[in-house]
Amino acid sequence: MAKIVGDVVINVERCKGCGVCVTGCPKDVLTLGKEVNGKGYNFVVKQNDECIGCANCAMICPDVVLTVYRTKIEE
Amino acid sequence: MSEAFARPEIRKPKNNVFKKTKVLTDNVLHYCPGCGHGVVHRLVAEVIDEMGIQEKTIGIAPVGCAVMAYNYFDIDMQEAAHGRAPALATAIKRMLPEKFVFTYQGDGDLAAIGTAETIHAVNRGEKIVIIFINNGIYGMTGGQMAPTTLKGMPTSTSPYGRDIQTMGNPLKITELVAQLPGAYYVTRQSVHTPVNARKAKNAIKKAFENQAKGCGVSFIEVVSNCNSGWKLSPVKANEWMEQNMFPFYPLGDIKVDGELVK
Ligand SMILES: Cc1ncc(C[n+]2csc(CCOP(=O)(O)OP(=O)(O)O)c2C)c(N)n1
Ligand code: SF4
Ligand code: SF4
Ligand code: SF4
Repeated sequence: MAKIVGDVVINVERCKGCGVCVTGCPKDVLTLGKEVNGKGYNFVVKQNDECIGCANCAMICPDVVLTVYRTKIEE
Repeated sequence: MSEAFARPEIRKPKNNVFKKTKVLTDNVLHYCPGCGHGVVHRLVAEVIDEMGIQEKTIGIAPVGCAVMAYNYFDIDMQEAAHGRAPALATAIKRMLPEKFVFTYQGDGDLAAIGTAETIHAVNRGEKIVIIFINNGIYGMTGGQMAPTTLKGMPTSTSPYGRDIQTMGNPLKITELVAQLPGAYYVTRQSVHTPVNARKAKNAIKKAFENQAKGCGVSFIEVVSNCNSGWKLSPVKANEWMEQNMFPFYPLGDIKVDGELVK
């Protein structure tokens, strides 16, 4: 069966840890991590592999941190 | 550092559904974490990219937090004196009518010091796009009361909340300009959720298309947050905005194709 899968690439150094993208994700993929980047922000990380590539997160990220991929795979 | 839950095998150009538009530079935005200015910059840049008008667009930066917008848009930009962006846009559009011209202004810029320029540019029906970021406060200078500050809303110059008796009523400048004959398209949007951001992008696109057709002013208000000025976390600021800003500044079209719809 075909399944939609996605992936988000996080540009860690651009992230300001605002958490806005976390609220927009329908699959609870994103969460704020414990590590900090060069500016001292605790940047966003993935906590599961359920991304569907909807780009909701990227749509509301004010800092253009996220790049999104989506494709269909056969299972 | 290994990346958790990555699918590197699908990271191919043909699977890419979102990446930074080339109309934004690589500069890191100076805005506070979670500030709506960044989203609106990106949406405007995406529209310019999708319409293929990067070489033909001139933006006017305001005074306010967006004063350095020219660092982020990879297009021709001009900085205006505080509130004068619509006057400058008028001059540029009249001299170079084949260009797409837009202003990008906060509520202090557009609805306080620049009220006259705003109203007269709209009333003249200049063929420009005005992008108006309403966060109900002067963000850049430390969160002072703006004309748009809500009744009872605390700011650094109204620490006990805006008192209508002494400080006047919040100004709905968008409804006001919609009444003017030169206003062709007037709408109020937000960018804090994916659905709202996509709608706002469509509105921005419509505004630039109106300019291509030579219609009058397209005026887009974006009700936005100022989490620093409001003294809330970014996510809490967006919730506060939904609960407090939207009842007074309701989202939706006010004037479409020169006809009032609200
Ligand atoms: C002639 C002049 N008067 C006052 C100021 C001080 N000043 C700078 S930005 C600003 C208001 C900015 O508020 P707004 O337009 O709402 O933008 P925001 O920072 O909230 O995005 C003021 C009053 C100035 N720079 N120039
Ligand atoms: S693309 Fe969609 S599913 Fe994937 S992380 Fe972003 S919001 Fe979540
Ligand atoms: S919205 Fe952008 S800047 Fe904010 S936490 Fe998410 S990725 Fe980072
Ligand atoms: S002060 Fe307010 S408007 Fe300015 S960048 Fe910070 S959050 Fe945005």
